[in-house]
Order: sequence, then structure tokens, then C-alpha cells
Amino acid sequence: MSVDTATVKKVASLARIAISDADAERLAPELNNILGWIEQLGEVDTSSVEPMTAVIPNSLRLREDVVTEGAQRDAVLQNAPQGEHGFFTVPKVVE
Amino acid sequence: MSDITDLGVAALRDGIRTSKFSAREVADAFIVKVSRAKALNAFIVETPEHAIAAATAADEAVAKGETLKPLAGVPLGMKDLFCTKGVQTTAASHILEGFKPVYESTVSQKLWDAGAGMLGKLNLDQFAMGSSNETSYFGNVISPWRRGGGDNAPLAPGGSSGGSSAAISARLVPGATGTDTGGSIRQPAAFTGISGIKPTYGRCSRWGVVAFASSLDQAGPMARDVKDCAILLENMAGFDAKDSTSLNLPVPKWEELLSGDLRGKKIGIPKEYRLDGTPAEILALWDRGIEWVKDAGAEIVEVSLPHTKYALPAYYIIAPAEASSNLARYDGVRYGLRELAEGQNLQGMYAATRAAGFGEEVKRRILIGTYVLSAGFYDAYFTQASKVRTLIARDFENAFAVCDLLLTPTAPSAAFALGDKSADPLAMYLNDVFTVPSSLAGLPAMSVPGGLDAGGLPLGLQIIGRPLDEQGVLNAGLAIEQRAGFTARPEQWW
Repeated sequence: MSVDTATVKKVASLARIAISDADAERLAPELNNILGWIEQLGEVDTSSVEPMTAVIPNSLRLREDVVTEGAQRDAVLQNAPQGEHGFFTVPKVVE
Repeated sequence: MSDITDLGVAALRDGIRTSKFSAREVADAFIVKVSRAKALNAFIVETPEHAIAAATAADEAVAKGETLKPLAGVPLGMKDLFCTKGVQTTAASHILEGFKPVYESTVSQKLWDAGAGMLGKLNLDQFAMGSSNETSYFGNVISPWRRGGGDNAPLAPGGSSGGSSAAISARLVPGATGTDTGGSIRQPAAFTGISGIKPTYGRCSRWGVVAFASSLDQAGPMARDVKDCAILLENMAGFDAKDSTSLNLPVPKWEELLSGDLRGKKIGIPKEYRLDGTPAEILALWDRGIEWVKDAGAEIVEVSLPHTKYALPAYYIIAPAEASSNLARYDGVRYGLRELAEGQNLQGMYAATRAAGFGEEVKRRILIGTYVLSAGFYDAYFTQASKVRTLIARDFENAFAVCDLLLTPTAPSAAFALGDKSADPLAMYLNDVFTVPSSLAGLPAMSVPGGLDAGGLPLGLQIIGRPLDEQGVLNAGLAIEQRAGFTARPEQWW
């Protein structure tokens, strides 16, 4: 299967990465090369194989449904590029 | 003693304990070394005050006659993928430039609790994505090694833990943390003539380690020899309730039980690792390694890992898929860079921030990951890769039914020159051909230096063990170390 520049742009938009037309032109053959190589996996008969979900068998632990490290608003906001009044701020979403 | 920085972790620890020298002398000696090695670009941030504080605490404990902590006064390097409270943590990216975590990763906290100090944050491939340290936003790490014969071409220190490997082999730090997703501890260790172990997946907590591919990422130590690796690993590993994949098991006494006696052990040689085109020197080193483990008492058996060929393509689906999901958190809202043009909306801000903040290799992998997870391709790529992963793990299980450990080369070549492979991502990916399969299976694996190639560059041997058999891996590593007699070190030019 071949990735064209339109596909690259669509994937970049799904990944929320802005790319220029020139970037898309450059990336298309690179991604094709890598994806073409990956396609050899299709040779492997996996019809009776379960996909791996955990390398070391390990079941998910549950903990008490209580707050462990709460009340840290200022710490949480400390690295925000922009915060106001105890909130993260973003460009206006709703007009 | 000629120079305190010639000593490794064990010698420093013991010397401080017996007042042969003070911890402050140790810290000062390494701090000077670090400050004079800018040409290697191994550090993103230097933290002499942290090392001095740990040294002062150790010296006070010695003066008071207190029982010393396991690593009291030993200064270390910290890969800049570990979050360190109040100290910039970037994963070598622009998008996290200036990020100062308000928390400490579990692994680094354990090391500080053991009395260690930090000399600084070590450079790496951006978000640990790379095999040469050419993808850092803060510039390439230069290996302290050079080819002989007046060839001064800057060489790759390996990746992604290349700042760690360069700093250890240049004697700027006695030991450092690394992380290994597809070989990022072992390949740089091999390239720079040092040792490094990736423990069983789940041994070391991933909490506070900047995530790349969560089902593969595992922290481990890098140091000059096997014993130092055992000591550091003991102080990094252990259960952590904050990491859902952390194994709730006691940490064995790896250092105490270290033994190079391999009598009664069967060591498997996987025939599929004899790839076409592997340099003769690598194969010759492998043969020498086989002789060394035999000499240590082990029996050699040939084993087959039939799905080896499919490990790399499976890895380059699974790792980017997980990365595309993990790296979705870098959106310009909660931390790090924000790019926001006048009048731009939220979607525009995300896209502009991520375009400006991620390097080329990171973007390439996010795009591959997004593509293989997208509607219509998920089953063909991701599910198929996860099934192949099951088969790869099964290959290892079958092999371990007839042997205790596996011995292979660590990398298919010695260190290459910077720039040699950077134009061809696929050629770069192939450098991890021997390390990726054991990563996919979550197995403990270690690289130890075995010798030098014709150009005078180090070559490594890899030992792979059963799940949780770090002891077996370390012991075989020690047996090889004792016989290889590897003492070469780079000539100082920096």
C-alpha cells in the first residue's frame, strides 16, 4: 500500500502536527519506505495466535477509592505555559 | 591513587565507607571532569550542588560513625528522561524545554534515598527515539572514542542513552541511569566499551520516566563493570504502587550473589542471529564469547528463535503506536512549549506547538504510529504486530526450555560516524536487530564489552535471560568480563 501526500496530511492532522506541503512531499516516500518494510509481517501466519497484551503476566491492581495526593492545584499549574485564576487557559473555543 | 575518577561505583562506595577519601573529594573530582568535557555534549544540565549535598551528607554520616546508606556519596549521571524535582527535565526535546517537574521519578528517588548524588542530567535521543544521539534538540552527543590511525571523525555514542554511555566511558561519572525500549541501554554500552543491563520488564518503576512506548520502556543501570551494574540495579529496582505494571516482588541481593562460575548452566546460541552481512569481527567476537562461557563451565547448545526476522518490523509498529498515544499529552496546555499565533484557535495551537516542539524523528514516529492505529489499518498492522510479538516471546520460552541463558552480539557493528545513517531511518533502525527481540519479550538482557575491532572501537556481547533471572544474566556477564580482560579506554581529546 502506498502513502500519498494527501494521506500524510490527513495523518498529520489526526496527530495534531502542522506540516507544510513541502514536509508532506518529503515525508511520503520516507513513510512508504518504512511501511513497505513493515509489511513483511503479513507473511507470518497468526491465525491461531492471540495478540500479546502484557509481556509479563500481571493483573491490574485495584486500590481504595480515596484521594491519595490531592489539593495540589498550584503544583499542577506550575509548569503551565499560561494559567489564570487557578486554571489552565487556552484560546477561546466557544464564540 | 592517581585519580579518584578512575574508580567505579563499588570502589568509591567502599573508599568513602573506610575513609580512604571523603565523599566531598569524590564529588569535587567528578564535578571538575564534567565541567571540562563540554566537547562531548553529554550533559544537558549540570547539577554540582546536588552532588555536593549528597557528599556532605555522606561525610557527616561517616564523621558521626553512622551506618552508611548503600550508595552514600556516590555521584551519578541521570538520563534526562527521568523527572527530577526542581531540575529541568526535557527528554532532549524543545517541547519540554524549561520543564521543571514538581515531583521525582521513583527510580531517581530510590537512588537519592540510597545516598547517591546527581552530577547532572544526561543528553539522549529525543524522547529516547534513536540509536545514535543525533535526534536531541540540544545537539549530538559525541563519543569519547575515536577510530585509530588519525581518523578524528566524531562517532556515535549509541542511543538512546548516549549521554550516559559517553559520560561513563569518558570517566565523567562512575555510573548512570539509562532506559531501554528496544536496546537503548545495551547498544550504547556496546558502542562505548561499558556495561549495562535492562532488567525484566516491571522490575524498575516507570513512574516519573518520560514515556516512549509503555509496554517496552524499562530503566536500568549503566556502569564500567558488571558488579557496579548489580549494585546500581539493586538500588533502582523494586515495587512501586504508582506504576501499574510494576512487579510486586522483593529485590534480590544481586551484588552479594554475583559469581562468574557457570558450571551447570546451559547457554543457547540462537542460529538466526548469524545474519548475512554481519561483519566477520562481530562473528569472531561471538565465537570468543562462546569459548569464554565454556571456560567458565557452561555447556553450549544451539537454539532456534524462528521469528527473529520479524522482531524489528513488529517493534516499529508497536513502539510508534504507543509513542503516538503517549506523546499526545504534549499539547501546549499543561506544560512545556506553547505556540499560539494571533487569532489562532485551539486546534491550531495544538498543531503549531507540536510542529515546533518535536524533532524530525519524533514526528516521523508519531505519524507512523498514528497511521498504523488509524481506522482500517489497526488490525492489519497493530493487531498483527501484537500477535507476532506473542510468537517472538514463545520462541524465547521454547529456547529457555533447553537452555538457561542466550549469548549473542549486542549490535551488528561497532560505533558508526555521526551522520553516516541519519539520512536513512531504516538503516538506523536495523542497528537494533539483536536487542529488540528480547525487549519485545520483556526479558532481562545485558551488554558487556568483549573486545575491540580493527579500528580500536569497542564491541559488546549480549546475554539474555529468563524473566526475573537478572542474577543469571549478571553472572554470565561477569564470567565474560573476567575473561575478556577489557581495559581499553578512550584517549582523552576533549
